Amino acid sequence: MFSYVNRWLVGRFGPALTGLFVGVFAPILTFLGNPGNMGICVACFTRDVAGALGLHRAAVVQYLRPELSGFILGSFLASLVYKEYRPRSGSSPLIRFFLGFFAMIGALVFLGCPWRTYLRLSAGDLNALFGLGGLVVGILIGIYFLWNGFTLGKSLPNKASSGLVMPIVAVVLLVWDITKPLFGPGGTGPIFFSVKGPGAQAAPILISLAVGLAVGWLAQRSRFCTVGAIRDFVMLKDGHLLKGVLAFIVAAFVTNLLLGQFHLGFEGQPVAHTNSLWNFMGMVLSGLAFTLAGGCPGRQFIMSGEGDGDAAIFILGMLVGAGFAHNFSLASSPAGPGAFGPIATIVGMVFCLIVGFTMREEV
Amino acid sequence: MSEAKIVDARGLSCPQPVILTKKALDEGHNDLEVLVDTVTSRLNVERFAKSKGYSVNVEEYEDGGFKLHLSKA
Repeated sequence: MFSYVNRWLVGRFGPALTGLFVGVFAPILTFLGNPGNMGICVACFTRDVAGALGLHRAAVVQYLRPELSGFILGSFLASLVYKEYRPRSGSSPLIRFFLGFFAMIGALVFLGCPWRTYLRLSAGDLNALFGLGGLVVGILIGIYFLWNGFTLGKSLPNKASSGLVMPIVAVVLLVWDITKPLFGPGGTGPIFFSVKGPGAQAAPILISLAVGLAVGWLAQRSRFCTVGAIRDFVMLKDGHLLKGVLAFIVAAFVTNLLLGQFHLGFEGQPVAHTNSLWNFMGMVLSGLAFTLAGGCPGRQFIMSGEGDGDAAIFILGMLVGAGFAHNFSLASSPAGPGAFGPIATIVGMVFCLIVGFTMREEV
Repeated sequence: MSEAKIVDARGLSCPQPVILTKKALDEGHNDLEVLVDTVTSRLNVERFAKSKGYSVNVEEYEDGGFKLHLSKA
């Protein structure tokens, strides 16, 4: 039975099965308490973790999201079982850190990563159309660089212990999630937990963790990637991963309908703003940064669980980027872009374009 | 017949192993050996090669890497 399921996951329907699972369970997580249209959002959840650790002090978005620990641990376990645990690192780590940093800033200008873009669309949030348009444009710019020899260089195999760092971090975050220790002076946080706002909206820990573990496992086996889907389809006419995203959107649409979570329109959408230009531009930046780094934020978490130290550095860049996004008034709110969000988006674009133009090898 | 051209795509992020393979095939190398070091890259290169009508022969190394031998079926 187990090996039968695995054959499906590794085969041509693997991404679609993973997309189907995420599409059903993400809206269910929202139904069980997660924020609106945010059953799973890799960027938003990383931002919540940054807040819980005190890297930013936006009191409404602080929570150690167990889904993310589940991603890493699910992928880690799957890679051990199927002998794909392969610690590696050394492919331009500092560049990857800042790609993660700016990918996060772009995502927080739009208010969502590619996963949440699809989830917002499937729940009727039409603002996400501009985000999706931006995502596609960002990926197209990345494809231009890829065709012209863009590379961050080769990673090298590393010792087995080096790949354990992220799984251990994931376990520590889970322990803190449950024990809620206070490290600050006078018994104040961190760890911080929002008492109101999106950070206070959460499905029960065990359910979140279980869904995270399952998604981590499925995505490790099937290589589900929400950016690679569009990239491979455009670049190589390869619809393998795209079937995963399509299944994701359709399943989430049906599940949202059944749960009464589908609301068509632009106004009043949960954790969203209506500034079309910066919804678009934020995701251009994100889409480009993810493409240059080789995969969407979910995929980076999955790869970090397999022992990929470069993906782990990208995640740390996202974490620090989230801290900056809220400390420096870059992140958007339902009222619109933050005071310095647009300029930070442009700075991020300049960074990504310089990386794209300069890091290449003649092929 | 000349020796197979070798594409060393070990350690590269997605989708660079497939791009290097495609460029080598486009240059007219019909007998190609592609080195990769993850199962993800192996599957991606295999899928691409088969879609272009090549047969793929996989050799696994002890360190977990793979050598894919592409030839026109």
